[in-house]
Amino acid sequence: MTYQSETQTTTTPAETGMGAQVREIQSRSFASQIWYFLRRWPVIPLVLMSILLITGIFAHLISPADPIDQSLGFRNFPPTWGKAMPEYNVVPDPADYDLETTKGKSAYSRAKKNSFPQSKFILGGDNLGRDVLSRIVYGARISLQVTLYALTSGIIIGSGLGLVAGYFGRWTDEIIMRIVDVWLALPFILIALVIAQQFLHQGGAALGVVIFIIALVAWTPFVRQVRADVLTIRGQEYVFAAKVAGASHLRLIFRHIMPGTLSTILVIATLRVGQLILTESTLSFLGAGIPDPIPAWGKSVSDGRQFIEEAWWISFFPGFAIFLVVMSLNFFGDWLRDRLDPKLRQLD
Amino acid sequence: MRRFIIRRFAFALVSIVTATFAVFMLSRAAGDPLLLYANSGYGLSPEGEAALRKRLALDRPVPVQYALWLGRTLKGDMGETILDRKPVSRIVTQRLPTTIHLGGTAFLLSFLVGIPLGILSAVMRGSFGDYIGRFLALLGQAVPSFWLGLVLIMLFAVHWKLFPAALRGDGIWDVKHLVLPTITLAAGGFAFYMRITRAAMLEVLDSEYVRLARAKGVANNRVIWKHAFKNAVIQPLTGATLGVVGLLNGTVLVETIFAWPGMGLMAITAVNNNDFPLLQGAVFFFTILIVATTFLTDLLYAYIDPRIRYD
Repeated sequence: MTYQSETQTTTTPAETGMGAQVREIQSRSFASQIWYFLRRWPVIPLVLMSILLITGIFAHLISPADPIDQSLGFRNFPPTWGKAMPEYNVVPDPADYDLETTKGKSAYSRAKKNSFPQSKFILGGDNLGRDVLSRIVYGARISLQVTLYALTSGIIIGSGLGLVAGYFGRWTDEIIMRIVDVWLALPFILIALVIAQQFLHQGGAALGVVIFIIALVAWTPFVRQVRADVLTIRGQEYVFAAKVAGASHLRLIFRHIMPGTLSTILVIATLRVGQLILTESTLSFLGAGIPDPIPAWGKSVSDGRQFIEEAWWISFFPGFAIFLVVMSLNFFGDWLRDRLDPKLRQLD
Repeated sequence: MRRFIIRRFAFALVSIVTATFAVFMLSRAAGDPLLLYANSGYGLSPEGEAALRKRLALDRPVPVQYALWLGRTLKGDMGETILDRKPVSRIVTQRLPTTIHLGGTAFLLSFLVGIPLGILSAVMRGSFGDYIGRFLALLGQAVPSFWLGLVLIMLFAVHWKLFPAALRGDGIWDVKHLVLPTITLAAGGFAFYMRITRAAMLEVLDSEYVRLARAKGVANNRVIWKHAFKNAVIQPLTGATLGVVGLLNGTVLVETIFAWPGMGLMAITAVNNNDFPLLQGAVFFFTILIVATTFLTDLLYAYIDPRIRYD
């Protein structure tokens, strides 16, 4: 009886060694070479992540319209998918343009075309007539900003506590780990909502408070893993040598132990960004997140909730954007973890 | 074992006290709670205000107020809601079974579907089914549950009219109303359990005793289910702690979307109306649910894995 976990589908090369394997793969068909490349490198997640980054940084260049610009006449406007909508073109008054001169003629035709450009309402208009696609594009920027700030705070606090707990050991360690355990047992959403309630601001919470709330959930996984790393590194000989040479506690931690934990921190950070984006969008959905004029994905989904029957696109596209982004981030994080440190299981 | 139980129990108590105390302090952070009870524009005389303050014990220091609340709660009196002066304990006893109905079903679904799929995925490693399973797990972990709920409503309730969009039917066995919320709630948990089980199972299948069993000629089925499974299931059980916390947080969202009349909706209403007796009750019960599940999971874990008892 053959056991499927033991049979491999690849053929073993006639000669052995890395060079032989590479030559063997290069001698296969083009299609299988491409498949091999796609399996090794996370191409699609990287593409999506770079799209996210570019959209975040260059939102004002990419976005087709102003995300805050309401046009109530176009409330719940169905998506045009890029088609031209000549029936909405407002015909300009020919008297305003001197149609005799060439410039007058071209200005007139440009005015006609620009009264409803094809780039408008590609994915529809939301309940206040704002362009859904523009709100998604600008929402990328705000999601990235908030998540990065929260993640950085989380890294600093979490790794700091992990370093301290792992280095000083015994009582400090016990106390810090107990704090983490109690923290993890708290119902986060309720506490986040209560905090946001105290600092309400224009249909959400003040931006700093939102970052603070998300940082509250960001710091916990770092403590455990960094502490485990520190416990391993502490036993190394170079640390012992530095200690014997008379290094102070601070110097030992930051100069000798911490650099060894950096790869762990990087992997956990990548794995965590996706979850933080989800947290931020959940808060925005519940009305406790990013305040009103700033477009946020979760907020857009909640705006479209009442119109789910007649205007499904208001909720669908921002949520789909969240989904794509988080999925590619998770995928990339998994790949990075498998490359850098397979021992880190995604338990936290 | 007894020391272990005592330690976990003490930890549970500390968690509950911490959570409720934190919310207690936070609810008072923005302003005088008296204003919630008696709007200052209603012409409450200074004596009336002082009397109200004394009745609500708002003139005592905050830790004392908290101790009073805790004492009353443990006796069963959780106060009245600010909005319509209904006793909070009655609201809770109405809504708690509803939440357990939804949450329990979702937990069972994610657990009982995720773990076998994870095992299958590990055993048939590298096959097409494995890839499909892993892809589904990745999807389930990445999808925002509020969006998934809305998409399910869009497709199945509005477009194809298969299931009702919201509210709960009558009784436990009214499955029609239960389908969409349960799927939404179970998605994340399912992905989580499947990934952990798969990882744990892969690790176990590579271990020496499994190899020995195979070398001895034990049938494959027996190897998987008798030897590997019991060791691999430890990880998902420990993960169930995190899974339940995630489930309770998700309940708040799902109950909001599907208007399921449970504790989550009660909590959201309490937060929106700044109704802190109700909110305290909600946080109290949520934390109890979390720590109770954690405690049970730890006991189960200690029972299955003898190594942990000597901790």
